[in-house]
Amino acid sequence: MSTSSISLPATPRLTLRLALIGAVVVLALIPLLNQLPAGSALHVGDFIVSITGKWITYAILALAIDLAWGYCGILSLGHGAFFALGGYAMGMHLMRLIGPRGAYGHPTLPDFMVFLGYQELPWYWLGFDIFPYAFFMALFVPGLLALIVGYLAFRSRITGVYLSILTQALTYALMLAFFRNDMGFGGNNGFTDFKELLGMALNTPLARAVLFYASLVALVGSYWVCTKISVSKLGRVLVAIRDAESRVRFLGYSTTQVKLFVFVISAVLSGLAGALYVPQVGIINPGEFSPGNSIEAVIWVAVGGRGTLVGAVLGAFSVNALKTWLTTAAPDLWLFALGGLFVAVTLFLPKGLVGLFSRKVEK
Amino acid sequence: MTSHTILYLDDVSVVFDGFRALNNLSLFVDQGELRAIIGPNGAGKTTMMDVITGKTRPSAGTVKFRDSDLTLFDEAAIANMGIGRKFQKPTVFDALTVFENLELALKAPRGPVACLRWVLAGEARKRIETTLEEIGLTARAHDRAAILSHGQRQWLEIGMLLMQDPELLLVDEPVAGMTDQETEHTAALLRRIAGTRSVVVVEHDLEFVRALDCKVTVLCEGSVLSEGTIDQVQNDPKVIEVYLGR
Ligand SMILES: Nc1ncnc2c1ncn2[C@@H]1O[C@H](COP(=O)(O)OP(=O)(O)OP(=O)(O)O)[C@@H](O)[C@H]1O
Ligand SMILES: [Mg+2]
Repeated sequence: MSTSSISLPATPRLTLRLALIGAVVVLALIPLLNQLPAGSALHVGDFIVSITGKWITYAILALAIDLAWGYCGILSLGHGAFFALGGYAMGMHLMRLIGPRGAYGHPTLPDFMVFLGYQELPWYWLGFDIFPYAFFMALFVPGLLALIVGYLAFRSRITGVYLSILTQALTYALMLAFFRNDMGFGGNNGFTDFKELLGMALNTPLARAVLFYASLVALVGSYWVCTKISVSKLGRVLVAIRDAESRVRFLGYSTTQVKLFVFVISAVLSGLAGALYVPQVGIINPGEFSPGNSIEAVIWVAVGGRGTLVGAVLGAFSVNALKTWLTTAAPDLWLFALGGLFVAVTLFLPKGLVGLFSRKVEK
Repeated sequence: MTSHTILYLDDVSVVFDGFRALNNLSLFVDQGELRAIIGPNGAGKTTMMDVITGKTRPSAGTVKFRDSDLTLFDEAAIANMGIGRKFQKPTVFDALTVFENLELALKAPRGPVACLRWVLAGEARKRIETTLEEIGLTARAHDRAAILSHGQRQWLEIGMLLMQDPELLLVDEPVAGMTDQETEHTAALLRRIAGTRSVVVVEHDLEFVRALDCKVTVLCEGSVLSEGTIDQVQNDPKVIEVYLGR
């Protein structure tokens, strides 16, 4: 039996829609409540705003993974690489905006370049001072990488665990590359000490609120894109590929083309998530490429419920809430808890958290 | 090869680890022809369909559909040339409904963007409904394929084959798991399709083959043993020997 519930009856669909609108409204209130005086009962602290903003970007990443894995069966264990590349593109923009305010006071070169003795900006840094260009690159570079890797893998019919290993190796290789100082991306320190974005000083309530709302809009937009795909005939082709790829070919569909299409969209959404993440956390370094990050993101989706878009979002929020709580309460336990959670969900909740709610409506 | 030949297999061999599943097989099917293929288990009937549809590459020989060399194309391209296939083991998409399975098979642009923008218009819906009627699954249209019985899955696969509107239909053991009445219905359906389409049917059920009332090819150990009407092949001593002599 397959796990997807792509044709929900009308009533649960309405309930779902109302629940989603409710969740977005609650999220949208957070930065507003942050503006209330600190003594007020409804006041929400800065920490909540920034951490929720971060989780929203994780939810976008989870949607991207779910589209490829939950719908089309492409289990990528390297989506963290697309996220990190989007983050680096935005990081390059933020670095350029520091300008002469760096420790060395150089008008164009970021501190780490001055330190490493660069005389001028490497060619691939040109243009990143312009926001639209940097934003475009945050989407384009992950998309292009997915196009190349996906083309080679899908054309050679690399699927299942082999594809997972391949993508895991990809993110690991990128991590090693970004650790190198001579790559021109700041080596193991990465980028930090950002000052401003779009004329706003970062680390102010205004910037936090703007980035929060931008992320929320991006999440709603990504959800809309994924919904459009999943309810279309393309969504049904994806499910068919997931369950019986070779049979789909005999119906005349080029599964290579379809998988590539979805993989690239998924990578672009991951890049978008990374680009929104970096200005909110104020740092990007090669650790974002670490294989563990990609695996963790897959676990969010498994916990929430793959093959349903709500599940992906729910998983990203709930697992990260648990992580935030546990890493303060008992930091050593987190990895065990994560592993245990994954095993438990695989064994007892194959449909994830959404399976708990939708059991009643399923036959 | 006459100008009416639509499918042309000449001297085709398929070798699996030294075992010859097809052994210099030659077979020609005419436009609009209905052809039955029989033969003992392991004769190479399914392997022959695998070769035509691009699943298996022949080790030697020529495989042509009209003027195209099929060995140069992949499964999807061959399907789009107009060759449809029903598998021996019915394979339908369990997570989708009966209706959605048919919609997926319906002849329409196959690219990802075309699928994203696809709208089920009146004519397409009508075709699906007609087919649902034909395969007797109208009442099950909105059930998931996962809960169908074996016989219903057979019908759904036949329905999917019809939706593709192919010029050449390859039908592997269509009546396994069907009742006598359904078997008759299937024979009538295939006879009706032939004429405008070419149909190649593999079956063990000789009553069914008789009902098809067409030329019969007997395969054995990867090559043609006998060819003719059902009565001719049933009285051919070579055929009697492989069927009874084992
Ligand atoms: N992929 C494969 N690898 C190795 N041997 C194979 C493969 N596919 C088929 N064979 C062998 O080739 C022979 C022909 O198989 P095929 O499935 O074509 O027979 P068939 O005529 O369809 O038989 P049946 O009536 O049982 O369906 C069998 O002996 C089978 O074991
Ligand atoms: Mg067979």
